[in-house]
Amino acid sequence: MKILVCIKQVPDMESKFRIAADGRWYDQGDLVFRMNEYDEYAVEQAVRLKEQVGGADLTVLSIGSERVKETMKKALAMGCDRGVHVADDTVAGKDPMTIAGIIAEYAKAQNFSCIFTGMQSQDRGSGQVGVLLAEMLGLPAVTTIVDFTYDGSLFSVKRELEGGTRAKVAVQSPAVFTCQLGLNTPRYPTLPNIMKAKKKELGSIPVDQLQKTAILQETERLYFPEKKSGGLILEGDAADLADRLIGILKEKTAVLA
Amino acid sequence: MKVLLVAEYREGKLLGNINELLGFAGTLAAEAAVFLVGKKESLPKFTGKLYLADVEKYREYNPDGHKALLLQAVEKEQPDLIVFSHSSYGWDLAPRLAFTLKTCQISEVVAVEGESFVVPACNAKLRRQVKSLSPKTVLTLQVGAFQASETGGEPTVIDIDAEAAPRISFSGYEAAAKGGVDLTKASVIVSAGRGIGKPENIAMIAGLAAALKGEYGASRPVVDAEWVEHNRQVGTTGQSVAPKLYVACGISGAIQHLAGMKKSEFIVAINTDRDAPIGEVADVLVVADLKQFVPVLTEKLKAL
Repeated sequence: MKILVCIKQVPDMESKFRIAADGRWYDQGDLVFRMNEYDEYAVEQAVRLKEQVGGADLTVLSIGSERVKETMKKALAMGCDRGVHVADDTVAGKDPMTIAGIIAEYAKAQNFSCIFTGMQSQDRGSGQVGVLLAEMLGLPAVTTIVDFTYDGSLFSVKRELEGGTRAKVAVQSPAVFTCQLGLNTPRYPTLPNIMKAKKKELGSIPVDQLQKTAILQETERLYFPEKKSGGLILEGDAADLADRLIGILKEKTAVLA
Repeated sequence: MKVLLVAEYREGKLLGNINELLGFAGTLAAEAAVFLVGKKESLPKFTGKLYLADVEKYREYNPDGHKALLLQAVEKEQPDLIVFSHSSYGWDLAPRLAFTLKTCQISEVVAVEGESFVVPACNAKLRRQVKSLSPKTVLTLQVGAFQASETGGEPTVIDIDAEAAPRISFSGYEAAAKGGVDLTKASVIVSAGRGIGKPENIAMIAGLAAALKGEYGASRPVVDAEWVEHNRQVGTTGQSVAPKLYVACGISGAIQHLAGMKKSEFIVAINTDRDAPIGEVADVLVVADLKQFVPVLTEKLKAL
């Protein structure tokens, strides 16, 4: 069985963001980058499927600058067999249709039986790439999965819906799944596996070889939202803060009455 | 401008989110038609065309079938915008349509800015203004971002049918684990987020909740880590609450969490990060390390 997992490198969301000089994206300097959180679940599920079926071959793919290889190495250390890096220094300006098109162009001749992606990225959050990729490859896609089993012929999964309800869904191979938080518990790479990962294949393909389409949307502006008008910010030492907060609660709410 | 709004039907009921889509169409002063795979007995209340397919035949979850039906409605209606809720139904179906129509999709719209749309970025810390470059545009709207329409009315039903062999088989629903805690009845809720750091600190949050005579809740990461049971989760996939006082401890404020608590009467956030998106809805943001601040606050409340 050939398995593909697609991952994205994103800034740690606790980072202090600054707007880039062109006003359209965040400044990439001074940020700590990591694997998109949703993709960690995708990698873990892909590795588990590989371990279950035996003899499977698991490829991890990512698009971006040379820097994203660091994140790909984590996926390799988690258990992916090989990395395909699509070298693209201008990935941030590309829309979901373009990104999916690049992946589809790579994947179309590979006959993957199962493809995993995160359900969305933490920075852009469009939640489209996995489904678009499936459509481009003519495969069924199931989104937002929180449970995954494979019985040798059928994938049985659960989709997470509002209010915590789950929809029970089954689909034949080949198929695409987009992974929701809580699907599994992603493993931490062990030191021996980190060492082993250094020897795994991690080749780069220039994006020009794979990108066939033009973008359909354009980011005009990235900016910080307004804080709630009249929202108060309190700073100081703990005892003083507590007194001030209690004063506010007495004045503005009835909960201390 | 013409818009086609996609209504949802789940577990035998029309979902209320169609009213937000109608409200959105109202703000654009657009001519609105609605698409629904549902039942004649339970239709959205508006005046306009309703493209209706029978849910008995097409099931509640059947993306191949629903896409084929929706394409028919688009063909007949020729809308400028095709609008979904950013829901488990909407984000699943919208890209399938966008692909087939070779159209731009803009996800999780929170506002309209001229001809462009505003969406959240970076876990809602930032906003992104996006312009569509395709003739038609598919949108998903963030739940709660647009005021629900209450204009009412009777739609004109146009029945639609389409052939599509479903590749995905859907065998029903599994209810969320139910527990004894009904957070919707609590007048004070103190919630723990990832910022509490370790499961041992749940007791501290529960202690503050007790001092305020309330219940404690949690955000999704804390529930996913199994530090707190799911029946205490606040947010889209947990409970939606609107207590008199909501205290968010170490919660950054992901959209899914905000959607479940932003109607609270008074919101206090305790966070070390001044830029955390929870600040957008907080009446008071206490910039502090909750591990130091919460015990002090709890003691002072007990002494009142």
